[in-house]
Amino acid sequence: MFELFGISSQALFGQLLIGLINGSFYALLSLGLAVIFGMLNIINFSHGAQYMLGAFTAYFLLQYAGLGYWWAIFLAPIVVGITGIIIERLFLQWLYKLDHLYGLLLTFGLALIFEGTFRNFFGSSGLPYSVPPALQGGRNLGFMFLPNYRGWVVVFSLAVCLTTWFVIERTKLGSYLRAATENPTLVRAFGINVPRMITLTYGFGVALAALAGVMAAPIYNVSPQMGANLIIVVFAVVVIGGMGSIMGAIVTGFGLGLIEGLTKVFFPEASNTVIFIIMAIVLLIRPAGLFGRSA
Amino acid sequence: MKRLFTLTAVAVVFGCGCAQAQYTDGTIKIGVMNDMSGTYADLSGQGSVIAARMAVEDFGAAAKGMKVEIVGADHQNKPDVGSNVVRTWIDVDKVDVIVDVPTSSVALAVNEIVRDKNKVFLVSGAAASDLTGPKCTPNTIHWTYDTWALANGTGKAIVKTGGDTWFFLTADYAFGHALERDTAAVVEKNGGKVLGKVRHPFPGTDFSSFLLQAQASKAKIIGLANAGSDTINSIKQASEFGITSGGQNLAALLAFITDVHALGLQTAQGLIMTEAWYWDLNDANREFTKKFAPQDKGVHPTMVHAGVYSAVTHYLKAVEALKSDADGKAVVAKMKEMPTDDKLFGKGVVRADGRKIHPMYLFEVKKPSESKAPWDYYKLRATIPADEAFRPLAEGGCPLVKS
Repeated sequence: MFELFGISSQALFGQLLIGLINGSFYALLSLGLAVIFGMLNIINFSHGAQYMLGAFTAYFLLQYAGLGYWWAIFLAPIVVGITGIIIERLFLQWLYKLDHLYGLLLTFGLALIFEGTFRNFFGSSGLPYSVPPALQGGRNLGFMFLPNYRGWVVVFSLAVCLTTWFVIERTKLGSYLRAATENPTLVRAFGINVPRMITLTYGFGVALAALAGVMAAPIYNVSPQMGANLIIVVFAVVVIGGMGSIMGAIVTGFGLGLIEGLTKVFFPEASNTVIFIIMAIVLLIRPAGLFGRSA
Repeated sequence: MKRLFTLTAVAVVFGCGCAQAQYTDGTIKIGVMNDMSGTYADLSGQGSVIAARMAVEDFGAAAKGMKVEIVGADHQNKPDVGSNVVRTWIDVDKVDVIVDVPTSSVALAVNEIVRDKNKVFLVSGAAASDLTGPKCTPNTIHWTYDTWALANGTGKAIVKTGGDTWFFLTADYAFGHALERDTAAVVEKNGGKVLGKVRHPFPGTDFSSFLLQAQASKAKIIGLANAGSDTINSIKQASEFGITSGGQNLAALLAFITDVHALGLQTAQGLIMTEAWYWDLNDANREFTKKFAPQDKGVHPTMVHAGVYSAVTHYLKAVEALKSDADGKAVVAKMKEMPTDDKLFGKGVVRADGRKIHPMYLFEVKKPSESKAPWDYYKLRATIPADEAFRPLAEGGCPLVKS
């Protein structure tokens, strides 16, 4: 085995794989944000809270209804997605014509309310949620021990990301959506119910956050601030990828996970900041982001 | 971008009006500051405000004609936020004593302000042993535990049972550094070896990368020099990555009962930890817990909560004896002069460097089959007597101690 900067290739591959795993969470979350921003022009600051809601819904399903992980991964996004739809109908729909700032403030406020409420009832240490029996254990890859569950996270989130990209960029439904954001009046003239489409899009974006939450529940403790810790990084990912760019969010999510993983080996103290350094550099060179269309 | 809310004030009764008004602005004002919304909120948080209130009630302040008021605030684990709260409290709100303050970086900042303003600082939540070492002040008492005591308890016990090679996973701020330093010293003194360390950002979420580095070091023991949800996630992910089943063991150098509760016994069983107080240790503690838990959503008190109770009790005794709370230095001097005695910590003393002395306990987390009731988590492995539990007075480097 060879060495690179004093680190064995074994350790390096292990760290790269872990970076990929973390990257899949970034990708899944930033995908939801990009969909919402791209289609609704809303900067959804409650995304972290909705991720947390997804994890808590999984916990509730197990605790009070006896429904395990596989039910949760299906039901939690639907439940949280419906709350998203309610939020869109009650609040967000009035804000589309206003400045971005109003949407940001509203969703930020909602995030604080959600997190505060859950902290009040469940404390800050979090609640345990175990890995589903079918995915327990792991396999030795030679260079590292890969828990089965983490492998599943990478594969599943990659599948979800690519499907979403395909639906929005390559299908008829996706083209309606994109057209509706460009010129809603014209699209309505073709007999398409644009407001309903927008509502469902927000619900879908929120459901993606909840799905990420369910996937995170067995890895991290289910705790009220789990989203707040992640959301800032995810926003940086979206900015680097280009606001609203679907492919940008996916590629940057995985890419930054890898870079962060490497930083944890070579300069662990900086692993929190490296993403923001990259963000600053990208904004200097390409203000619209790596994959963004410049306005 | 986070919130800063000064929490509810809990006023406790008015004196008969006939007592001489010796106290500054007629009221003894206690400020409980800690993490009320983040990773340390369960182990300190609102519970510390509750503990302080119980101390005031049990002391019978009202019957003695002392008017005591308690205020609480969230420092969000940020030294700048904490410093601002304390300055406002002292300058504007006339707070006389600051209590609790977990997160050593915040505590060290508050330590300086309280000394400059000549008030009193009773530390329960923070761990860095520097508070009674080079950074000691005549206004500060470090009550419940510190990094030296933790290292001395857990570190020594583990090295003596064969865990002689260590790798540290350290939270990258004052507390983590102090805990790593004090534990490494104990390990080396007892014939062990430190093979390496990695410092993770605080607070962190994913520790798998650091854990793999610890695994590659082949050390027998992975020392977790972190706390709260950082420790919880480290332990959880270590079991996920098969580190414990691969023959390496974890040493949770600072863990609280709330962490064990969050992990569940299935994951936490077998962990060895050092604490100053446990709710199920004796009748007095159980009685306190019975009153405390319903007020804190069923959460059982941690040693930090118990320490707040004990510290506030002793403070009130000293103020009562002095009949004044105006001069912080004088109050602390009185607290050092009087022996401590309360129902949770029993008899003890406060040393010249500000270190409160009492026994420490080495616990092991029970197996799920051994636990009879909710929160029945620890079995006692050893009691570390008071005269061995804390750093010897001469070794701390505190300028207040005349050599």
